[in-house]
Amino acid sequence: MSSFKIARRNIRRNKRRTVITAASIFFAVFFAVIMRSMQLGTYTEMIKNVVSSYTGHIQIHKKGYWNDKIINNTFPENTELEKTIAKIPEVEKVVPRLESFALASFRQLTKGSIVIGISPEKENNMTKLADKVISGNYLSKTNKGVLVAEKLASFLKLGVGDTIVLMGQGYHAATAAGKYPVKGIIRLNAPDLNNKIVYINLSEAQDLYSAPNMLSSLSILLKNSDDIKSVKTAISDKINPENFEVMTWEEILPELKQAIESDNISGQFMLAILYMIVGFGVFGTIVMMTVERKKEFGIMTAVGMKKIKLAGILFYETLLLGILGILSGFAVSLPLILYFSKSPVPITGDVGNTFKSFGFEPVIAFSVNPHFMINQISVVVVIVLIAYIYPLSYILKINPVKALRN
Amino acid sequence: MNIIETKNLHKTYKESEIEVHAVRGVDLSFEQGEFTAIVGPSGSGKTTLLNMIGGLDKPTEGEIIIDGINISTLKGSKLIDFRLRKIGFVFQAYNLIPVLTAKENVEFIMNLQKRPKKERIKRAEDLLKAVGLGDRMNARPSKLSGGQQQRVAVARALASKPMFILADEPTANLDSESTRNLLEIMETLNKEENITFIFSTHDTRVVNKARRIITIDDGKVLSDEKK
Ligand SMILES: Nc1ncnc2c1ncn2[C@@H]1O[C@H](COP(=O)(O)OP(=O)(O)OP(=O)(O)O)[C@@H](O)[C@H]1O
Ligand SMILES: [Mg+2]
Repeated sequence: MSSFKIARRNIRRNKRRTVITAASIFFAVFFAVIMRSMQLGTYTEMIKNVVSSYTGHIQIHKKGYWNDKIINNTFPENTELEKTIAKIPEVEKVVPRLESFALASFRQLTKGSIVIGISPEKENNMTKLADKVISGNYLSKTNKGVLVAEKLASFLKLGVGDTIVLMGQGYHAATAAGKYPVKGIIRLNAPDLNNKIVYINLSEAQDLYSAPNMLSSLSILLKNSDDIKSVKTAISDKINPENFEVMTWEEILPELKQAIESDNISGQFMLAILYMIVGFGVFGTIVMMTVERKKEFGIMTAVGMKKIKLAGILFYETLLLGILGILSGFAVSLPLILYFSKSPVPITGDVGNTFKSFGFEPVIAFSVNPHFMINQISVVVVIVLIAYIYPLSYILKINPVKALRN
Repeated sequence: MNIIETKNLHKTYKESEIEVHAVRGVDLSFEQGEFTAIVGPSGSGKTTLLNMIGGLDKPTEGEIIIDGINISTLKGSKLIDFRLRKIGFVFQAYNLIPVLTAKENVEFIMNLQKRPKKERIKRAEDLLKAVGLGDRMNARPSKLSGGQQQRVAVARALASKPMFILADEPTANLDSESTRNLLEIMETLNKEENITFIFSTHDTRVVNKARRIITIDDGKVLSDEKK
């Protein structure tokens, strides 16, 4: 009979031992999966928030725009380009924008603002901008008017129906100036944006800045943020690098990327502590179970079982228990994280408000990304293999005379 | 011909600073077909002697020759393999592997010898019937009485077709009924199949059945009588 079969039989027959050992591994997997899923899910949620409410996963600009965001650094609208990008299977939406500075005035008050020319329908598809209107109406394709961010509106003391004056520098040093009725007031989560954004129809913006048919960016939202790198390459292949720059959200928002990375490091540190605790749990259980079998091992070696064979049986036993623990750990944690990834847990109170003030939705989200689960499995397998060192050395040292003495 | 010879066998245990001379110069030889009891008071060195003969413990001095081989020259897995092929063991207590049924315990040793499955099963069944456990073959040790467990142990010891069987106080934990029963089985096997048994005991009823009685005290052979 093969060592594997013997191991399988031992696992099946000694239910108590199997349950205790597998349970220790189960807890290791369960806690690690839940914890990591929560961490990664929250990052994904943050990224999704930022990406879908503003930047997109990838942006295309005229080369040099990012370093010098002037109206001259724009590129002509090109429906062909937009279409080819939209055809990349991983791409969900392509949103054109024309963005520039302007002084916004109402009566005696003036404040610096950012004017973003949008295609109302496309913009709403990606950013759900219409949901952010707190008074008045969202823009439509034909109406001449603007949406003003809440804080900017209150600074200027204007409301829906008032007329805002926008003044700035247009394309090739033309003067940009225009009067627009305020169609709606919008509330943006990020305080920074809530202070200075004015949304306007794309064609109006192009008129205002004397930049007909020009765009400052195409924002691209992907179906899955894992595809950023491959899509970036695919896009780069389709455009002329002399004329365009392709940037990912990480390049656009390096602060967010850094914040996530540093949080991730502390998260991994916590995870390491968790692993140490559960690792000792697993190790302790395996030590106990080994010592408990002292006489059994003594008998086996006394009557003629080679230690190497016994070590092999114990290896398979440990492996099977590991697999059992891992499978049961996933069997319980996976439905949980699947459920919570569909319906994230809302955060209320002060913490929730802090989340909001940073422009994030106040929820604890969960990730179901297979990569991290594979990592968890590998770590647990390593823990189990390390724990196996104990029974291995125990077997190699065992002296049947001592093991059998009462 | 002698199957076992011990020459000037010594065993000294050293625990911290105190030395215990458990066996002090034992010269013995055993022949095929013997039914021998080793007797002596507690602490006289019976277990130590049997463990050394069985290759479980190493002498501090002297030689043990089994089937012409000096077993001190065997190391590690060679020695384990030697035990598997030549020696059957019955211990005082805790003889069986708890997760295995009676039949599997007997099969276990033939498994180690890599005998074909059919042969293993047949022999295990035959042996268990021979020790009177034909109806308890699929019971686990925890479901068997002490006497039944020792009979399974005897069946297991026989399964490997060893040259001889060493039994260290096989009846120490048994009631008189089970003791008589186990002894009858051992005697029958010895008479009918010429199986060699060497066992240690305190029990006079067991001693009386033996055909050779070796008395040891304080690690030395006091007397060696054949009936
Ligand atoms: N591993 C050991 N370490 C130290 N001393 C030991 C060890 N094993 C046995 N001894 C000592 O050696 C002596 C002989 O012990 P042994 O077990 O051989 O006696 P025994 O005749 O089998 O006794 P019993 O009838 O009680 O089983 C005793 O004094 C015992 O304490
Ligand atoms: Mg003894």
